[in-house]
Amino acid sequence: MEKMSRVTTALGGSALTGRTMHCHLDAPANAISVCRDAAQVVVAGRSIFKIYAIEDEQFVEKLNLRVGRKPSLNLSCADVVWHQMDENLLATAATNGVVVTWNLGRPSRNKQDQLFTEHKRTVNKVCFHPTEAHVLLSGSQDGFMKCFDLRRKDSVSTFSGQSESVRDVQFSIRDYFTFASTFENGNVQLWDIRRPDRCERMFTAHNGPVFCCDWHPEDRGWLATGGRDKMVKVWDMTTHRAKEVHCVQTIASVARVKWRPECRHHLATCSMMVDHNIYVWDVRRPFVPAAMFEEHRDVTTGIAWRHPHDPSFLLSGSKDSTLCQHLFRDASQPVERANPEGLCYGLFGDLAFAAKESLVSTESGRKPYAGDRRHPIFFKRKLDPAEPFVGLASSALSVFEMEPGSGSMSWFVDTAERYALAGRPLAELCDHNAKVARELGRNQVAQTWTMLRVIYSSPGLASAASLNHSVGKGSSCGLPLMNSFNLKDMAPGLGSETRLDRSKGDTRSDTVLLDSSTTLITNEDNEETEGSDVPADYLLGDVEGEEDELYLLDPEHAHPEEPEYVLPQEAFPLRHEIVDTPPGPEHLQDKADSPHVSGSEADAASLAPVDSSFSLISVSHALYDTRLPPDFFSALVCDMLRFYAEQGDVQMAVSVLIVLGERVRKDIDEQTQEHWYTSYIDLLQRFCLWNVSNQVVKLSTSRAISCLNQASTTLHVNCSHCKRPMSSRGWVCDRCHRCASMCAVCHHVVKGLFVWCQGCSHGGHLQHIMKWLEGSSHCPAGCGHLCEYS
Amino acid sequence: MAEGENEVRWDGLCSRDSTTRETALENIKQTILRKTEYLRSVKETPLRPSDGLSNAVSLDGLNKLLAHLLMLSKRCPFKDVREKTEFILKSVQELGIRIPRPLGHGPSRFIPEKEILQVGSEDAQMHTLFADSFAALGRLDNITLVMVFHPQYLESFLKTQHYLLQMDGPLPLHYRHYIGIMAAARHQCSYLVNLHVNDFLHVGGDPKWLNGLENAPQKLQNLGELNKVLAHRPWLITKEHIEGLLKAEEHSWSLAELVHAVVLLTHYHSLASFTFGCGISPEIHCDGGHTFRPPSVSNYCICDITNGNHSVDEMQVNSAGNVSVSDSFFEVEALMEKMRQLQECRDEEEASQEEMASRFEIEKRESMFVFSSDDEEVTPARDVSRHFEDTSYGYKDFSRHGMHVPTFRVQDYCWEDHGYSLVNRLYPDVGQLIDEKFHIAYNLTYNTMAMHKDVDTSMLRRAIWNYIHCMFGIRYDDYDYGEINQLLDRSFKVYIKTVVCTPEKVTRRMYDSFWRQFKHSEKVHVNLLLIEARMQAELLYALRAITRYMT
Repeated sequence: MEKMSRVTTALGGSALTGRTMHCHLDAPANAISVCRDAAQVVVAGRSIFKIYAIEDEQFVEKLNLRVGRKPSLNLSCADVVWHQMDENLLATAATNGVVVTWNLGRPSRNKQDQLFTEHKRTVNKVCFHPTEAHVLLSGSQDGFMKCFDLRRKDSVSTFSGQSESVRDVQFSIRDYFTFASTFENGNVQLWDIRRPDRCERMFTAHNGPVFCCDWHPEDRGWLATGGRDKMVKVWDMTTHRAKEVHCVQTIASVARVKWRPECRHHLATCSMMVDHNIYVWDVRRPFVPAAMFEEHRDVTTGIAWRHPHDPSFLLSGSKDSTLCQHLFRDASQPVERANPEGLCYGLFGDLAFAAKESLVSTESGRKPYAGDRRHPIFFKRKLDPAEPFVGLASSALSVFEMEPGSGSMSWFVDTAERYALAGRPLAELCDHNAKVARELGRNQVAQTWTMLRVIYSSPGLASAASLNHSVGKGSSCGLPLMNSFNLKDMAPGLGSETRLDRSKGDTRSDTVLLDSSTTLITNEDNEETEGSDVPADYLLGDVEGEEDELYLLDPEHAHPEEPEYVLPQEAFPLRHEIVDTPPGPEHLQDKADSPHVSGSEADAASLAPVDSSFSLISVSHALYDTRLPPDFFSALVCDMLRFYAEQGDVQMAVSVLIVLGERVRKDIDEQTQEHWYTSYIDLLQRFCLWNVSNQVVKLSTSRAISCLNQASTTLHVNCSHCKRPMSSRGWVCDRCHRCASMCAVCHHVVKGLFVWCQGCSHGGHLQHIMKWLEGSSHCPAGCGHLCEYS
Repeated sequence: MAEGENEVRWDGLCSRDSTTRETALENIKQTILRKTEYLRSVKETPLRPSDGLSNAVSLDGLNKLLAHLLMLSKRCPFKDVREKTEFILKSVQELGIRIPRPLGHGPSRFIPEKEILQVGSEDAQMHTLFADSFAALGRLDNITLVMVFHPQYLESFLKTQHYLLQMDGPLPLHYRHYIGIMAAARHQCSYLVNLHVNDFLHVGGDPKWLNGLENAPQKLQNLGELNKVLAHRPWLITKEHIEGLLKAEEHSWSLAELVHAVVLLTHYHSLASFTFGCGISPEIHCDGGHTFRPPSVSNYCICDITNGNHSVDEMQVNSAGNVSVSDSFFEVEALMEKMRQLQECRDEEEASQEEMASRFEIEKRESMFVFSSDDEEVTPARDVSRHFEDTSYGYKDFSRHGMHVPTFRVQDYCWEDHGYSLVNRLYPDVGQLIDEKFHIAYNLTYNTMAMHKDVDTSMLRRAIWNYIHCMFGIRYDDYDYGEINQLLDRSFKVYIKTVVCTPEKVTRRMYDSFWRQFKHSEKVHVNLLLIEARMQAELLYALRAITRYMT
């Protein structure tokens, strides 16, 4: 209330009125400034210098100050400022380095009052003292700031910025003697007007030029600065060292910054390049602007709040030769267009998802869960009344927690470590890898390896037992990669709901059923014609994938109390039948032995849907008989690799790619390969499997990948004496001509491996140190440290 | 012999690790000796007609290798490589194969070799620079050796160039070199063209493109026009040029690519200025940098006279210099005096605004007519002209027709505020690098002038910088262009003008006739100012057009 009354007194009892409007100027504007009475605005530019009256409906040109026969460069304004105490007094900064003052009270047409030609280069900024009638400050490209007393012909004092160009100067609103200046090298200085010899304080605020600054109108110590580095920073200057309290990252260099009146945390910015909009930011919410004005078609060069106590009117001038009045209520609010949804993976595979509550509530038919009892998690946010986005802040958060154990990636690590990728014949590699996969319980993968071996190596070597084994157990487990989530709904008190579309899940299961039946048909077709095992496997895998997705997507089937998931029987007839099928170990042992085969086929035939799985075996026979060239399969193998990669098992894709080498490489485009390689290497590195990842890099044929381990392979050593890098040789410093690393045992220079004690930093040749420490536990250098070698 | 075996891998030599270099050297030695042996054995056996051609080819290949070895023996920053390569060359010679020897005297035709830093005698900081440069490019080019007069600048220059050519960027590597070739060819700079033809092929560029721009992809051909305008009349660049490049259906450039290309073009235009301005000699391993002929008297004369490096010639110059020593001494004194005067009476006599404006116009107009009186026609170097069309299009052409150059006001669009932001937005980090380079070039000073110490040269540097911008129609509101007339005498203006606008016409005489008492390092310093100012001017026009296109 107190604030309100102050506003009204300040406005003289009558509130400002007006609407969003603009008027065309004759030339681009460089700067604008508002008169104290909030009814007039001055626009200045290279070839324009006019005063406009702001009326309710329009701008009315009141005065053209650009008079005289020939336009002089003194009128080419870089900046303009209107005195806040005296409504007849204006000052401009000219691009040729002249500071001009104007007195509107002069009777003649030419209102020019005084001319100060002390600056040698362009003057970037002029600023009147907020309370003193005759004090004017200017900052120039030549690195000087000058303070003028308008009653005198020349400057009162000169402040030197050490030949760094001054971009902005601003008198502090509260401290009578203080002003801030910003520089092209990123510094901000605070000066006392009485002490021109040195600045009171200096700190580096930005990387690159600081284009502007603005003191907070109420908060004594706050200074906002904007720079070419696209940042707006708010500094607290009351503390001993200037402290950055807020930082707003914009999308373009910040040309002007102005605090919004009556709104403690709001400031308006505009940019110098590329971006034409004016933004009003809440510094506490630095990611999305609170409001945005999009009227201008070219960069905005000047912004000013119309009245120092009215937060709703903003004036702006632009290079597109328009002057605008923006009304805050007409501003567009980017928040409304924002998509406040977030998805994030936790460290241990948990998944959190947040969305607007309104979105959530539209979903019907979901009964809220009572949350997981084992890990209750509550989300409650204290609502901050000052929060600008209160209306939008209510969102629902769901956390999907990993089933304990299921998120373990140990299979990945084991596989990566144990796989053999090169150095042996293909058949052996495949066998080895199949064995590894099987031992880890990844039977489908094992089976794939076995089949690859069958396809690509001579048939005589096929080891039937392993093949059979994998066939037999092939489907007992799905891809371990598919993580199963235990679904929990968080904080029902907040009305949060899980947003997994149940109906979608249902349709999914339908399609799965459909799919599997078509699978059967295709497989049978395959068998009859030329058939290959790979597509059968592929499709089987597909079904598996679907199933797992379903598992994930359809929480209805999962009981929250019992995280152990039970497969719904009817959706997966195939799967269970296969498990029941007795493995036929003799099956392939003797290929000529057809009765055995047919026998087991007959067995299988009794279990109607099993046929498809057995097509695998019979096809293998066909393969041997007709001796199809391995090339024939390459398309299928590629499909298989893509399938694995899409399933997320990029490990398999890459391993197969490496093992098969030239056989399939040409069929997969370079970019995909590169993508797989990089994903796999990334994964390996996350698990700290450096050796494996390096092996993969080494074995890859893609140029982009194999160069990975050739970058930054040099390790530079610094001289222990002068701390400079030893660039030419690793053991002698060029600078101080000393040998840097001496062996403590033999006192010779160590040129190869140097081992040193981290406790006393003595060391030497690896062998020497090892030998020494066998006999003694003290440091060989005699420093008395008990070194340890491990 | 299989081709693979014959491939000589130079990259091992760039390593900082001496053992790696040693193995690489050993491999090179083996390969070369093997080839030499092979050639010798072929030579000794009676020639079969079918062998003739392949022999010639392999001899050619060997000669190329030998030339490269020669370059390494002279220009490698690593001592071991220099010694070893020399040894290899010797052993090849012992086998009866003719080995090359360098032509000319040092990296620059204008600067006596003894003035230029010898490889091997550099200090630690320069050595690091050399090693960096060598590691990045596999060579230490003559430009680097001349620029090392100013190591601070060189460091920034190499960093920028390395980033532009080899680091992350929107354009593929061979495009970058090809654009370099296009830009250098605009000024018929065979030195840069040769250098980048090698690099272009090295990064896997299609040799067919080198037959002329019309063999390059349409996308690059489209760039030809921009290249032409940018090199000679950058003020004519409009947003239509930009639009034409960005909206060419399947041959379109993306904005980021375009900015990369523009930076490359401007970089190489100005580098061509430097090459001619400092009289950079051909690289030892490139054409014209070495000869296989034995140093017989007659040969010596011919090749060296054409290089403008005849010893007698030099003597004459020296004697001429001696005659005018007193003259030129006064020259420096007079310049210092003028600077002092300008400093003092700057505030007293204040020229009117009209006066200032007209001074700029006068300077601009006059700059068009400043040209060396000796109108030597430099014949376009071999093979270079095919990289561009429309040879007649040049700056000079324009000045004769007396076209009006519109004024570009730096206060409305300047590098620091606008250009930087745009470049950095579209091609991250490059803005920063170029910005640093501009700053170093503009602010570089040792506070010396010829024999004087503790001189504030900022006024002189600013005059040079603004004079160049003035030639491109760029005006600083806060500069009194009368200063230029006071500080830069005619011969100096001729030199500046020629280097910046028609670098291919620079002659030794021009280089010698300005600032006679000044050191060579100072003349190189002037050249650095020239090329950076030129690059900034071109960039400003191009970037302004891009900005206009974007808004």
